[in-house]
Amino acid sequence: MSSVAKKRILKEYAECSNDLPSGMKVIFDEANLTKWDVVMEGPAESPYAVCLELAMCFDKRSLMHQGGHFKLEINFPNDYPFKPPVVNFKTKVYHPNVSNDDKGSMCLGMLRPEEWKPPNKVISVLHLIQNLLVEPNIDDAIETSIANDYKTNRAEFNKTAQDWVKRYAK
Amino acid sequence: MDSENEYNSSQMSDDGFMEDSDVDMDDGECLLFAAVLSESDFEVEEEDDVGFETQDKDIKPTKHAYEVDFNVFSPADIHAQQDKQIAETSSILEQPPEATAILLRHSRWNKEKLVEAYLERREEVLEEAGLGEEVQKHPPKVMKVPGFVCDICCDDDEDMETFAMKCGHRFCVDCYKRYLRTKIKDEGEAARIRCPGDKCNRIVDSKSLDLLLPPDLRDRYNELINRTYVDDKENLKWCPAPNCVYAVDCKIKDRELMRIVPTVHCNCGHYFCFGCTLNDHQPAPCALVKKWMKKCEDDSETANWISANTKECPKCHSTIEKNGGCNHMTCRKCRNEFCWMCMGVWSEHGTAWYNCNRYEEKSGHDARDAQARSRQSLERYLHYYNRYANHEQSAKLDKDIYLKTEKKMTQLQNSTGMSWIEVQFLDAASQALQQCRQTLKWTYAFAYYLARNNLTEIFEDNQKDLEMAVENLSEMFEKPIDQLKGLKRDMLDKTAYCNKRRIILLDDTATNLKDGEFSCAFGMMGFNVTLP
Ligand SMILES: [Zn+2]
Ligand SMILES: [Zn+2]
Ligand SMILES: [Zn+2]
Ligand SMILES: [Zn+2]
Ligand SMILES: [Zn+2]
Ligand SMILES: [Zn+2]
Repeated sequence: MSSVAKKRILKEYAECSNDLPSGMKVIFDEANLTKWDVVMEGPAESPYAVCLELAMCFDKRSLMHQGGHFKLEINFPNDYPFKPPVVNFKTKVYHPNVSNDDKGSMCLGMLRPEEWKPPNKVISVLHLIQNLLVEPNIDDAIETSIANDYKTNRAEFNKTAQDWVKRYAK
Repeated sequence: MDSENEYNSSQMSDDGFMEDSDVDMDDGECLLFAAVLSESDFEVEEEDDVGFETQDKDIKPTKHAYEVDFNVFSPADIHAQQDKQIAETSSILEQPPEATAILLRHSRWNKEKLVEAYLERREEVLEEAGLGEEVQKHPPKVMKVPGFVCDICCDDDEDMETFAMKCGHRFCVDCYKRYLRTKIKDEGEAARIRCPGDKCNRIVDSKSLDLLLPPDLRDRYNELINRTYVDDKENLKWCPAPNCVYAVDCKIKDRELMRIVPTVHCNCGHYFCFGCTLNDHQPAPCALVKKWMKKCEDDSETANWISANTKECPKCHSTIEKNGGCNHMTCRKCRNEFCWMCMGVWSEHGTAWYNCNRYEEKSGHDARDAQARSRQSLERYLHYYNRYANHEQSAKLDKDIYLKTEKKMTQLQNSTGMSWIEVQFLDAASQALQQCRQTLKWTYAFAYYLARNNLTEIFEDNQKDLEMAVENLSEMFEKPIDQLKGLKRDMLDKTAYCNKRRIILLDDTATNLKDGEFSCAFGMMGFNVTLP
């Protein structure tokens, strides 16, 4: 890894703690700068959190149920920040913009090499991810059938998303 | 053809042939050649009979009907073309060349459209092309800025060189260079590299690149820029030969491809079709080639056995393997001489009633019920496919033989002292065989789609003449090495004759194609044109 990359990652880590989106935690290992582990709570206003507003759909127990916990991995390429970081969901999630496989990869917006600009920071990536959980980007979907579900049958989409939260994201 | 006006397309009647031509009445099969496009779309080339003996474009003063005008350009030529257009447009727009280049590339080199749009809505055009808002007016240069911190590497060294374009997004020169390297080397981007600044859409211009790029990146950049240029220009295409650096310029438009088969010849030696960039497929038009290849692919299982390299002798049924290009076979066991393609007696092939190439349509009586018709349809296809595949295969075998012969000729050269020039007749013969078989191959795909009329007879006669010429030469090619020396004169004559027959066939066919004289064997109407 280049010295520019190291310097940038350390600096970004030092700076990001103040700006982290709510419900997000970064686990950082100084011995291995290239990988950040992120734990993220499903945002309250999304189906990825089983929260009070949605309690109508569930039995009483769900009132006490906390939001889903999603594990993410952020990998920095050797020539970071000239190339974008790589984001993978380690927790299975039912979402149009996250690949439904063992990789859980995301590739849209600023995460695409042609969109990424070297001054961009990981903190913006984290905000992007949280916003996407609240509002998927249907035009840039990686899972078209999930996108279709979201577009045409929102109730069904929400239900499946919540089922998956219960199953995988405890 | 004696008279060009003998067949008037508007009076052409092929109804009689349509009834029993084929049962496979798929509308999609009905491409073709008909008299729908206006005649004025096509210039009529003058024809001339001279120059059969030479393939050299430079010596031949006139053009054959099957030839199209084209130019071959080197990377340097392509670069110069862009510079020329940039210079011209630059003075009209009153923009510096580096900005004009960005504008031209953004408008895909449509100069007229660009100038018009620019005069109407200057600001918008500049913005869209990536030449928007300018923060600094002075020309961009590399400089030191006190108190500067680079937003990419976070360095704040006093002595650090920095760079910004007119948008004012400043970074240290090292970061700027690494950014450009990533874009050019890793992403293959050139014409549309944006400023590294967050959300900035300004395109990095050539002047800035001159200040920042090391030589190796500059070469790669120019290569990529040329690639975009050729891709953007409708009349330019890269030669598809592997590792070839040339591009070919040809004015033939897509809509003309029904009537013209624009084979071009690259400086690297490769012949290809400008319309579809496949290998030369004259005389068959691109759309027909596409259909034919699709059909062959779909029917490959039915047809596979046909192109096999072993067959049974029609007389004694012993297995015979074909190991040369020649179709005149002699059974080792019973000495029966027969034709590999039609399995008929060879002695008849050299005579006037030779009809190995012609598919005899069965009379209407035979083809009443659906089953019989479908069998006939398959038979008809197999007739053409068999010959198509055979020429393809034979071309390969001819080449194998040539490669072996070439080796032996080198030995012969060494032992007998024959000069390199003296053995070149073999090379010429081999090339003629390759080229003629390529043409013959496609005549069979072409014939499959043809509806019968008086023109198809002429076409088939031409096909037969070329085929006979080719088989004669091919046969000679298989002679033992010690006999080859004595056959030089004869072989040269036969080579010239093959080339001549090929030119006659292509010329006749191209003329009729251009005039819309052929009609399609499929569908109810001969004039039905379905554009690809
Ligand atoms: Zn820097
Ligand atoms: Zn900028
Ligand atoms: Zn070439
Ligand atoms: Zn073509
Ligand atoms: Zn035999
Ligand atoms: Zn035959």
